[in-house]
Amino acid sequence: MNIKKRESTDWLLKQVFKAAGLVTIGLLAGIFLMLLYNSIAFFADVKPVDFFTGSQWDPESSTSKYGIAPLLVSTGLVTLGAMVIAIPLGIFTAAFLSELAHPKLKTILKPVIEMLAAIPSVAIGFLGIVLVGPGIAKIFGIQNGLNALNGSVLLAVMALPTVITISEDAINAVPHSHREASLALGANKWETLFKVTLPASLPGLIAAVMLGLGRALGETMTVLMATGNAAVLPKGFLDAVRTITATIAIEMGEVPYQTTHYFALFAIAVVLFLITLAINLLGEYFANRLRKFHA
Amino acid sequence: MNEIKLSAHNFNMYFGKKQILKNINIDFPKNQVTSLIGPSGCGKSTLLRSFNRMHDLSPDARIEGDIKLDTLNIYDKKTSVTELRKRIGMVFQKPNPLPKSIYENLSYALNIHSFSKTEIPGLIEKALKESYLWEEVKDELKKPAVKLSGGQQQRLCIARTVVLRPEVILMDEPCSALDPISTNKIEALIMSLKKDYTIVIVTHNMQQAQRISDKVAFMYLGELVEFDTCENVFKKPQKELTKNYVNGHFG
Repeated sequence: MNIKKRESTDWLLKQVFKAAGLVTIGLLAGIFLMLLYNSIAFFADVKPVDFFTGSQWDPESSTSKYGIAPLLVSTGLVTLGAMVIAIPLGIFTAAFLSELAHPKLKTILKPVIEMLAAIPSVAIGFLGIVLVGPGIAKIFGIQNGLNALNGSVLLAVMALPTVITISEDAINAVPHSHREASLALGANKWETLFKVTLPASLPGLIAAVMLGLGRALGETMTVLMATGNAAVLPKGFLDAVRTITATIAIEMGEVPYQTTHYFALFAIAVVLFLITLAINLLGEYFANRLRKFHA
Repeated sequence: MNEIKLSAHNFNMYFGKKQILKNINIDFPKNQVTSLIGPSGCGKSTLLRSFNRMHDLSPDARIEGDIKLDTLNIYDKKTSVTELRKRIGMVFQKPNPLPKSIYENLSYALNIHSFSKTEIPGLIEKALKESYLWEEVKDELKKPAVKLSGGQQQRLCIARTVVLRPEVILMDEPCSALDPISTNKIEALIMSLKKDYTIVIVTHNMQQAQRISDKVAFMYLGELVEFDTCENVFKKPQKELTKNYVNGHFG
């Protein structure tokens, strides 16, 4: 009797845990299907070729242009800039914290970095409008600093805590015996850091970069406030841009329900979703390839 | 007759306020195997790690006295620690191959010490042969080193040390994580290496110490109690403490 009871509890718990796992998958699939369902209605009106190759995003005009290119390039530009700043800065900060920093300095620095993540994105947007943007305008001698570069700097600030925290965990997780092995062979601290410790933590560093990238790609409010919001194909970092996220946020509130324009916003959301999905899968693939070198 | 390769004079070592090594005086003869034995916590690993300055990493470690490699004072400010560690190699208790391929585990050290690209493959082959590993791995040098068995990994770690042609090899219980067959192989390897290298080995295994050592140092509570030939330490120990330890009365 007792054994039967224990076995049925066992079975029940197994189902509960399985259900919990499946809910996550269900949510992901549900969101994707919802986006896909709505964007199918869009592609019934606009040819996919025009959507992907069109160089103009202008749904309001009489001719209604739905080219995703300006938004895609904007998103890419801002994110690329953010990563160029955040990856080296984040990984070096993490390496410094984990390998070189005095314990006292570390106890001050770590909470400060984590606090950076707690600043609301709207506040970072303000920072871009009153400080970073004008600064960029001054440095480059242009009239308006609300451009892709401004967005990149701000997104880098927002991605930094993620990149630093996860990178530091990854570097810390490298067994001490690896460092000892390297040092005992006569390598110095730098050789050990760059040739052993950082490569050994690469799967974790890739995860850190992927999560940072995800943060930058999906961020809406900051880029909406700080990048000028011009939905035209940008020529460089000093042009005003409008990312996919900002476009959805700006236009979703005003667009008439179930029009082509309305469905178009779902279509660009699908594109963004696929990009983040691809980046995550890619990161996972690389991380797995490297992991086989670890015990 | 026996040339002294490595020696410690009036050597004290502290971690913070705690004294770990007390006035150690010891001379290691060239091309011989010297075992450091003693119960856990007696300071034998600490002494071993003092010889290639592994304690430099611990901020609260402090030393007094000298350790000399030939005539070089290894704790002298002018002594380059990277150069020193090239001359005094170390094999650790747990095999610790780097998360790289078998080949890269050896080429790593050679690259750091800027050996020429053309001689590296030859040096690697030679070191692997000397470590009795070549036959087992020659067709899979690109394989991750962690895929090897524990005993193979440890021989790889020895090959990695040997490839730099050090003068002294320090071994910290190199067989304690290995099965008896792998242990036999490592012991045979140690015996064959001593013609070229001076070997200092920490071991908990009395039989192993008897099998491989020329000289044996018995340590207890941070002090060097007895240091003599292997035979004398095991057959005719001078001190009661040594006798009790080697006969297994405590430890």
